[in-house]
Amino acid sequence: MSAAAGDMPSAAGAAAPGRRGPSRALGGRARRLAGDLLPPLVVFVVVIVGWELVIGMLGIKSFILPKPSEILAALQANWDVGYSIWPSAQATLIEAVGGFVIGTMAGVAVAFASARWLSARNALLPLAVAAGAIPIIAFAPLMNNWFGVLSPLSKMMMAAVLVFFPVMANVTRGLTQVEPSALELLRSYAATDSEILRKVRVPNALPYFFTALKLATTLALIGAIVGEYFGGVSLVLGRIIVQSASSLKFDATWGAIVMAAIAGIVFYLIVAAVERLVIPWHASVRGDVS
Amino acid sequence: MMDQAVVNLSGVGKTFSRGEQETIVALEAIDLTIAQGEFVSLIGPSGCGKSTLLRVIGDLIHPTAGQVLVNGKPASRARLDRDYGMVFQAPVLFEWRNVTSNVELPLEILGRPRAERKARAKEMLELVDLGAFGEYYPSQLSGGMQQRAAIARALAFEPALLLMDEPFGALDEMTRERMNSEVLRIWERTGTTIVFVTHSIPEAVFLSSRVVVMSARPGRITKVIDTDLPRPRSDETRESPRYFELVTEVRETLRHRDGDAPSAGVASANRTMAEGVVG
Repeated sequence: MSAAAGDMPSAAGAAAPGRRGPSRALGGRARRLAGDLLPPLVVFVVVIVGWELVIGMLGIKSFILPKPSEILAALQANWDVGYSIWPSAQATLIEAVGGFVIGTMAGVAVAFASARWLSARNALLPLAVAAGAIPIIAFAPLMNNWFGVLSPLSKMMMAAVLVFFPVMANVTRGLTQVEPSALELLRSYAATDSEILRKVRVPNALPYFFTALKLATTLALIGAIVGEYFGGVSLVLGRIIVQSASSLKFDATWGAIVMAAIAGIVFYLIVAAVERLVIPWHASVRGDVS
Repeated sequence: MMDQAVVNLSGVGKTFSRGEQETIVALEAIDLTIAQGEFVSLIGPSGCGKSTLLRVIGDLIHPTAGQVLVNGKPASRARLDRDYGMVFQAPVLFEWRNVTSNVELPLEILGRPRAERKARAKEMLELVDLGAFGEYYPSQLSGGMQQRAAIARALAFEPALLLMDEPFGALDEMTRERMNSEVLRIWERTGTTIVFVTHSIPEAVFLSSRVVVMSARPGRITKVIDTDLPRPRSDETRESPRYFELVTEVRETLRHRDGDAPSAGVASANRTMAEGVVG
């Protein structure tokens, strides 16, 4: 008797043979996506409706907390006139994305150096941890001074500093935390260091990398907006928040916050979609763990 | 005779030093010759250095004394010549590669052309009864199937020597017995020389042509037991009187070495020494 006959795939594989198998049905995937999206959507709608009703019932003043409908009206009124929230959101997103790219490239470069050379790791990691502990807000006036208060580059650098640390730390971990027996296996094939890097370390680091990137999307937006608080051009979300709040136009402030949140969510979803394309094999992507 | 030896260990020792003062003698005065086509098991208590010895043969650990020859060459040369296939207790399959692609990995590193890799991986997966599972990812397979994929990978480039480090230690008893029969079938078909580290006495006796019994602190060979059970071995082998005799012999050899501890009687220590001479 063949040994395979009694030796069935594991419970996870057997329970859902079509889900992750080579012939995954498109309909199944769409249904799963809907299943993933529906619960948060319901909660969102309930919160918004509840917010609207509770403000009215308790008679909370608009400058304390506006109703969602008032925020929406302020967004419409200031879309591309007045505070011009739409072009400002675009400008802020460009800063955030620019900083995201710069910080990611720097973080990956340092991670590769520290994974390759133990001496680099010993020299860089303590400094990086120490630098990462500096409150980002302390950098903002310096960045404005170094890269120009009116230049988007000063805001990008704020975002880049925030993005750098999680990317560097995670990618370093992914490149170095490889199973010892995996390294022994590759050594038994007389594989070179660069083959081990390409075949084992880099693929091993990819899930760590994407975890850091998803975290970095929100950090990049925070960095950009905090940079904007400390001066610069006026058509950016950070300036709108400062200016509208100081002139008590809190509905516009909320409008800018909503746009910042939407930008962050869209940015995150784009990175998550790229992750699904690049590492479809990973458990976090397949939905085995959450 | 000597030119047939796949593995030749003479006076092999390994001492790990921990700091200035402390040294641990993991292996001492190991002499062992393994002929072409043999199936040799290394068995002993935890810390007896059997896994270290396997890695010394495979040039993953460098000995501090003695000489290791594989196919008549130094072990380092043999590793560069890709004479080794390795199977560990964990399957060490890469989760980003499907089963076929995992089996192809050593062939990629050897620079074999794509068509040859595909054909060879298919052949190896059929050999281990995983022919239908090439497109699956490792996480979709059971533990036994993962380990069979690891064996297919180890055999993919036809290494002269297959080194297996407790490959079935993490499997349940029934799966382990099935895998034992499987490994014997593969061994008989391929003629590969196998060195097999195990904790399990029945497994060692059932599989091997010789069982090398080791003792701990320092790691030494206590006795080498020829397992003269007829082949091919089957489930009946496990019920034959000779099988039980050999299991008992291995067990007693191991137990007597445990008696070597300070608390044990002098008599058992003497008997162990006598057996050591016989072995």
